[in-house]
Amino acid sequence: MSTVEIKNLHKSFGSLEVLRGIDFTVESGQVVCVIGPSGSGKSTLLRCVNLLEQPTSGTVVVDGVDLTDPDVDIDAARRHIGMVFQQFNLFPHLTVRRNVTIAQERVLKRSKGECDRVARENLEKVGLIEKIDAYPPQLSGGQQQRVAIARALAMNPSLMLFDEPTSALDPELVGDVLAVMRKLAEDGMTMLVVTHEMGFAREVADRVVFMDGGVIVEDGPPEQVIADPQHERTREFLRRVLHPGV
Amino acid sequence: MSAVSEQQATSPAEPRKGLSPRKKQRISRVIQYAVLVVILVVLVALADWKAIGESFFNLDVAGKGLPELFTVALRNTVIYTLSGFVLGFVVGLVLALMRLSSVAPYRWVSAIYIEIFRGLPMLLIFLMIGSLPLAFPGFELPGGVYGSAALGLGVVSAAYMAENFRAGIQAVPKGQLEAARSLGMPHMRAMVSIIIPQAIRIVLPPLTNQLVTLLKDSSLVLILGVTAAQVELAKFGNDESSTYANPTPILATGLTYLLITIPLGYVARRLEARQGAGR
Repeated sequence: MSTVEIKNLHKSFGSLEVLRGIDFTVESGQVVCVIGPSGSGKSTLLRCVNLLEQPTSGTVVVDGVDLTDPDVDIDAARRHIGMVFQQFNLFPHLTVRRNVTIAQERVLKRSKGECDRVARENLEKVGLIEKIDAYPPQLSGGQQQRVAIARALAMNPSLMLFDEPTSALDPELVGDVLAVMRKLAEDGMTMLVVTHEMGFAREVADRVVFMDGGVIVEDGPPEQVIADPQHERTREFLRRVLHPGV
Repeated sequence: MSAVSEQQATSPAEPRKGLSPRKKQRISRVIQYAVLVVILVVLVALADWKAIGESFFNLDVAGKGLPELFTVALRNTVIYTLSGFVLGFVVGLVLALMRLSSVAPYRWVSAIYIEIFRGLPMLLIFLMIGSLPLAFPGFELPGGVYGSAALGLGVVSAAYMAENFRAGIQAVPKGQLEAARSLGMPHMRAMVSIIIPQAIRIVLPPLTNQLVTLLKDSSLVLILGVTAAQVELAKFGNDESSTYANPTPILATGLTYLLITIPLGYVARRLEARQGAGR
């Protein structure tokens, strides 16, 4: 069963058309990396998958539910779609523990004990169980992002969206976050990742999608899109990303 | 001046004509101190110290107001202030949420309310509340004077606090709401659990200042006509001073206000400084 199915997706902000007809699917258990220059619409595409952005037209079907249907319970649908943001967006007034338990408790109505167990389990998974009583501003960027991943995982999502999860991090902190994501991919999570990390895309992704100007230019396995791109625009972009300053 | 600086530029070794800037500054400072001293001397010479002592620092008269100054007057002032603050806080928060609502009529109602009650003097509000029974015969606010005071102070402070809360809510980064919504929280739940607690932290300093303003405005409760048991600080001081034909009690109530407003002002500045450091 395909987890994400996007058909003819358009999104405009005023007169600016950011997405100009996107069609693609993510199969269950697949890891798809979306790459492209800034302003290409890749983050907007990701944000349309959980309807943080309302598509102007087209359909977004996740787990068989058309999220663009006005009658759909978007809050219920979002419970199964985890999202990790570039700026982490942890709740700074709550402890790490509360960050990971609050939605479980308020949205999934899990018992306090259950919430705590799930929180510990997921903080263990991202290697930050010892920070459970810290507040987010006391953590490094890399640690905050790993807590953000744990927070999303605590909802038992069937799909994880990553919006440039390492772009706001100091270079030496990127590795820990990528390691957690790699582990997640190995465990069979369906993942849609907007990223500039070509190494990660090459090694972990099942498919790489190259976007430019609001359309998908190239879509295929990483060994094709990254190592042997068919389109001139893809080649140009990769030249600049892989060999900056040349 | 320009001739001097020109000369300086061309031949710095030559001695300058006139006064150097540093000398001028020193003379100016001496003049300022001299003026201050003259004013003080004149004040001291003109004041009738014996009369001042008897009128304003008359410990006998001050002692007669105790302990009621604290047990009745201060207590009532605090009750009026806090009940007005709580009402203003709740109504202000609701108004702020209405102001940011996607339903246009809510925004209009809230905007009109805020404009009206920020534009009216507190005194006028109390006069109107006093006239409410005329408009609704037999109508009585629960709590009598206490209810009326809370209403008067509450409806006005709600307008100010609404603007504070609106600014605070808008100051919470957009990503916070997005993160909450992405976890499946409905809009209202996200506001209550995630956005509003952060907004309140942000507006803590202006809210503290609002509390100081309310404390002072609570003196207008005397317009409502209060009994001896309901009296607040300002009226208490005024009554005592007429009873003993001596203004000392007014000074005493003034000091009692400062006992609260100065520490509160200090707290507000500390909170502000802490926020400034945290960002």
